[in-house]
Amino acid sequence: MEIILNIVYLISSIFFIFGIKKLSSPKTARQGNLYAAIGMLLAIIATLLDKQVITYEYIILGLIIGATIGTLMAVKVQMTGMPQMVGLLNGFGGGASALVATSEFYKVFNNPALSFELSVIISIVLSVLIGGVTFTGSLIAFGKLQGLVTGKVVKYTGQNAINVLLLLAVVVGGVLVVLDPSKQMILLGILSISLILGVLLVLPIGGADMPVAISLLNSYSGLAASMTGFVLQNNMLIIAGALVGASGIILTLIMTKAMNRSLMNVLLGGWDSAGSVSGAGSSEIKGDVKSVDAEEAAMIFDAAQSVIIVPGYGMAVAQAQHAVRDLMNILESKGINVRFAIHHVAGRMPGHMNVLLAEAQVEYDKLYALEDINDDFSNTDVVLVVGANDVVNPAARSDKNSPIYGMPILNVDYAKTVIVNKRSLNVGYAGISNELFFKPNTLMYFGDAKEAISKLVNEIKEL
Amino acid sequence: MDGNLLMLIYVFVLAIFVGFELITKVPPTLHTPLMSGSNAISGITIVGALLSAGMEEFTISTILGVIAIIFATINVVGGFLVTDRMLKMFKKK
Repeated sequence: MEIILNIVYLISSIFFIFGIKKLSSPKTARQGNLYAAIGMLLAIIATLLDKQVITYEYIILGLIIGATIGTLMAVKVQMTGMPQMVGLLNGFGGGASALVATSEFYKVFNNPALSFELSVIISIVLSVLIGGVTFTGSLIAFGKLQGLVTGKVVKYTGQNAINVLLLLAVVVGGVLVVLDPSKQMILLGILSISLILGVLLVLPIGGADMPVAISLLNSYSGLAASMTGFVLQNNMLIIAGALVGASGIILTLIMTKAMNRSLMNVLLGGWDSAGSVSGAGSSEIKGDVKSVDAEEAAMIFDAAQSVIIVPGYGMAVAQAQHAVRDLMNILESKGINVRFAIHHVAGRMPGHMNVLLAEAQVEYDKLYALEDINDDFSNTDVVLVVGANDVVNPAARSDKNSPIYGMPILNVDYAKTVIVNKRSLNVGYAGISNELFFKPNTLMYFGDAKEAISKLVNEIKEL
Repeated sequence: MDGNLLMLIYVFVLAIFVGFELITKVPPTLHTPLMSGSNAISGITIVGALLSAGMEEFTISTILGVIAIIFATINVVGGFLVTDRMLKMFKKK
């Protein structure tokens, strides 16, 4: 029986690997997700038939409650709310791992016939730590994205010292529990500190750095599952957890690279301090801002042959993805070539803009990543920037004093005409003004993205 | 260090390498579904939760196990469903 169980777990692991492999193309991705779900189902059924599982009442209760909440969340969430949803799910995964590890601890603790193996008790401590941090950290990330917790960079004196002290406390507590597993209060202490650490580590991170935070928490939730695998000595958990851990790390690295920042800089609430250093020299930009109304903008679009649209978080906030799709359709009906340029950190999570545009039925082969489209701006007639700011700021290329210097940006200013839709001239997340707005080939088209784009579409129709 | 632990570490390290190989091939356009889908996979910890909640006697481990089942099931069901919902929308011309 034990052998059959392990073979099923192996099959599940293979399903997970194939599932992720099929995510390498939008054509096969849906099937890949199904594969992963089948792997999960197999693993759950096999476990339910395990001889260690004797009573089913509580299990069924838990499964029904969890499945109901999970289904409701998945069906109700809006595509603009996807970052919050993923943040919350990360938290549940991490929380579950911490709970399982704690439960395993009490299994042995309450049974005088059993004793802790060294590797098991170490894994329990790690699982509790990573799972606990993931749980509360994700709840804070959720709160920030949902607007329940401030999205600003939060800094206070002694911030790093406190975190280091708490982490040291976990290490010391961990050693003590490993040496003497009968000290249950210490394990509960580790759990409590981990929960506090999760809050303190994510609180300082600003809203626009959330793509990094969510990716990292995603990685943690996988690592927590892996650690639980070490506790249970179960290879499948270790494999599945490691896949997710690797995924989160890769996304984290892509995001930090796209911002030309180190992970530490993001985690410590970066840009805030960097901005104040350069504030004196570079933020004074001279020049006039030219603005256009819907009618003038419509005529500019009408005369174009190629258009690139650059969406940013502002498009998500204004729920303007459908209006943008309408604009694409009417331009294409006039024979104009329309493409989208998407910066890696546009939005609040990796791939956020792509999902929103997919929801609005923009075909994915029109969406281009920075490295695939950046050379084309110079022979593009009109670029429309919708709710993006720092990712199109030319200061990143030219101004050594700018906090975003060196960050790969979309070279929209190389196009013949740039139309920037924005509500005001306010600074972006990095807290610096954008010299793009003052360039001779830039026209500002002020207004809420959804309203402004819809108006523009109507004007083009009337031409 | 016992041999069993060494085997588990082997599996862990190799799986990380497999993960890196697979995930570097996922295009940026699918990064959000990748996150929610991989998230659902990390709900695999449900296996441990089932073992905890299904023990013969009712102990504190049972209670922790049931809460873990609820958490992990939200993660698994919510994650796979929402990923499917997103992937359904990705269309080519």
